[in-house]
Amino acid sequence: MIPRPRPERFRLRRTMMFMNAQKPGLIKDAYIYGCDSIMLDLEDAVAENQKDAARFSLYHALKTVDYGDTEVIVRINGLDTPHWREDVRVCVAGGADGIRIAKCESAQDVLTVEKATEEAEREFGVEVGRTLLMAALESPKGILNAYEICAASERMFGVAISGGDFRKCMQTTPQRDGVDMLAARGQMLIAARAAGVQCFDTVFTNLDDTEGFEAEVLQNKAMGFDGKSLINPKQIRFVHQVFAPTEKEITQAEKILTAYREQSAAGVGVFTVDGKMIDIAFIPGAERTLKLARACGMWEGDLV
Amino acid sequence: MKNAVGREIPDFLLTNGKEVYQGKNYMDGKYIQKASPRTKRYETPQESKLVESLADALRACGAKSGMTFSFHHHLRDGDFVVNMVMKAAIEELGLDNLTIAASSLGSAHDPIADYIEQGKVVGIQTSGIRGRMGEVVSAGKLPTPAIIRSHGGRPRAIEGGEVHIDIAFIAAPTSDCVGNCRGIGGKSDCGSMGYAMTDAKYADHVVVVTDCLVDFPNMPASVEAIDVDAVVVVDSIGNPKKIASAAARISQNPRDLMMAENVAKVIASTPYFKDGFSFQTGVGGPSLAANLFLEQYMDERDIKMGWAIGGICGPMVELLKKGKVGKVIDVQDFDLDAVRSINQTPNHFEMSASQYANPANKGAFVNKLDFVVLAALEIDTGFNVNVLTGSDGVLRGAPGGHPDTAAGSKVCIIVTPLVRGRMATVCEHVVTVTTPGDCVDVLVTDYGIAVNPLRPDLVECLDSAGIPHVSIEALKDKAYSLVGTPDDLQWEDKVVAVLEARDGTILDVVRKIKPYQLDG
Repeated sequence: MIPRPRPERFRLRRTMMFMNAQKPGLIKDAYIYGCDSIMLDLEDAVAENQKDAARFSLYHALKTVDYGDTEVIVRINGLDTPHWREDVRVCVAGGADGIRIAKCESAQDVLTVEKATEEAEREFGVEVGRTLLMAALESPKGILNAYEICAASERMFGVAISGGDFRKCMQTTPQRDGVDMLAARGQMLIAARAAGVQCFDTVFTNLDDTEGFEAEVLQNKAMGFDGKSLINPKQIRFVHQVFAPTEKEITQAEKILTAYREQSAAGVGVFTVDGKMIDIAFIPGAERTLKLARACGMWEGDLV
Repeated sequence: MKNAVGREIPDFLLTNGKEVYQGKNYMDGKYIQKASPRTKRYETPQESKLVESLADALRACGAKSGMTFSFHHHLRDGDFVVNMVMKAAIEELGLDNLTIAASSLGSAHDPIADYIEQGKVVGIQTSGIRGRMGEVVSAGKLPTPAIIRSHGGRPRAIEGGEVHIDIAFIAAPTSDCVGNCRGIGGKSDCGSMGYAMTDAKYADHVVVVTDCLVDFPNMPASVEAIDVDAVVVVDSIGNPKKIASAAARISQNPRDLMMAENVAKVIASTPYFKDGFSFQTGVGGPSLAANLFLEQYMDERDIKMGWAIGGICGPMVELLKKGKVGKVIDVQDFDLDAVRSINQTPNHFEMSASQYANPANKGAFVNKLDFVVLAALEIDTGFNVNVLTGSDGVLRGAPGGHPDTAAGSKVCIIVTPLVRGRMATVCEHVVTVTTPGDCVDVLVTDYGIAVNPLRPDLVECLDSAGIPHVSIEALKDKAYSLVGTPDDLQWEDKVVAVLEARDGTILDVVRKIKPYQLDG
């Protein structure tokens, strides 16, 4: 039995790596590659007649593998399937950190899963509220309802778009410049930020197209995503590299936080750092930069 | 008597000046008396040395029971020559009490196991031993223990007269009618013939076995006619498909790639990683993939590799052709890209095993090596490596150049997954010590990196590059927590193989394994 600490709703999630929950060889030690979160899949990767076997494998992995600091999230089957309730039970019983709701289209979908999660928590004697939720938006309707989905529950930590299904609905295919999903990504980002949750981009499936992958990651970063879903460990390094803060950003964040501590102790609310006006609104951003810098091995200190 | 790696060496082996392993470079400065072969004079000009059959060649060389025949392993698992020669000697000439001294033996040589069981072959001296032969030797079927040597230890033993070769058999992809041999130009090409060179110089008799006779003179020759007594043409010396793989491909396995990337990171963190550095790597998944990541660091820092040695394969030839390596010096080839390149691509040279790795000569290539990246079946908390015996104690591997490159290089990196199936690779005590821990510097696994405490300088390099590392004990604990703590193997007293350190001292012995019995 591996006890896992209470999941943190907001933490670093630059990389979420998908893997089939039915493959012991993959899930036994996926944390060694250094992704922030692993996403154990009970949905599309698992054949219809293997759902039970996958749940069994998932449960025992959760109970016996020490994933350490790596977050463990489970993608459950859609609410239109007969599988999802049992999926939720196995996630909670095994002690997964969070559940990814597939094909989420409304706040009600989140509430439905939340209710089942709470019931499972009571059933298995797990602290109520421990299990986090995130939603995958895979349809135009999901994108249109992004804000209500993001804001539906205190358990919600983020929202992700699922490119494969979404592009099919939109009758498009992946484009080099990302124009196929530009509007959807934008709308989802706005909704996530408005609701104060994190936002993750979809997987890039052509492993041989390094250039295309890198272009997409750079665009993700520029658009303001918190991270990206991945399908292979070799994609991790580049994402971490792109999402790492620059030396200049780190220095600036250190200065802001140091100055803020000094000034607020002296009763000053607004002050300047290197000629720029700084107030409390800058503090969360600076803290995020330093946490990220620490996670990237670029900074050691005690300001955050 | 206990040796420097804590292994108990039975006294009956410590005769005729044999010593137990005393530590790295113990023999430095001592003198070695070189042996000289007794060879036949061919004064009357000969048109040709061709003989009809292997049996005729054996007769021409005065083959008798009790002799030692030598072989080299460039045809790898495709080799037909060892089996053909032994069959002719035993079944046609009726010889027995024979000793095989090979640079390596593999499962291609399974039929020899029968000759061991029949008592016809009584001695085995080799670097590698696998398949059925490994099993019968482990079962104690040889009257005297097999002797396992490294690729550098073998030419040392030959040159020093510890192994006296009565007849050396040269498996030659091409030969002319007087025995000038090359590894290319035929139908069973192997490229370099480096392991055969010392044999040809120190054997009393030399027989060339080829399946492609070419016009005289076959130049430049790897083995020269001046050392050859007879040439036999056979239908086929080996199975080309098993001699050289189509192309050694760089692994796409994410675990291998991650380890390879960490190997490159470690290399790039040391002061030896500078323009002109030297390098050797194996062809295993993560070892070979290290090439890929190393190239990225070389580009980043705008430096080039001075030279590379070893068993060579395509990715290294590729680097040579791109001008990223100055010279490649080659004792053996693993794939067709390397076979086609040797002596063809400018700066791709052939060398002998002695030149490669012999600790008793005046300076082998390994002594100038900056980095070597090697695999391991097991590595223990004393950094001792086993690449010979399986977890069941049975012979199924080869020290090869492992102990030589580890001892000679400035930084020896072992790369291996922490566990293989249910077996812990990082363990308390390896089954057999084949490379002593004082020659091993860094261990890279999929669960973390450990540096040998004997190398505080490398600890500092990793620390200042921000490369996380842990103690090797922590890795062993992690491995045991995953797969459990293995029970000790149960041995009988009988020694079935002696593992010589590269300098000729005794590093370890392999005993006969007790037959497994179910409880009750």
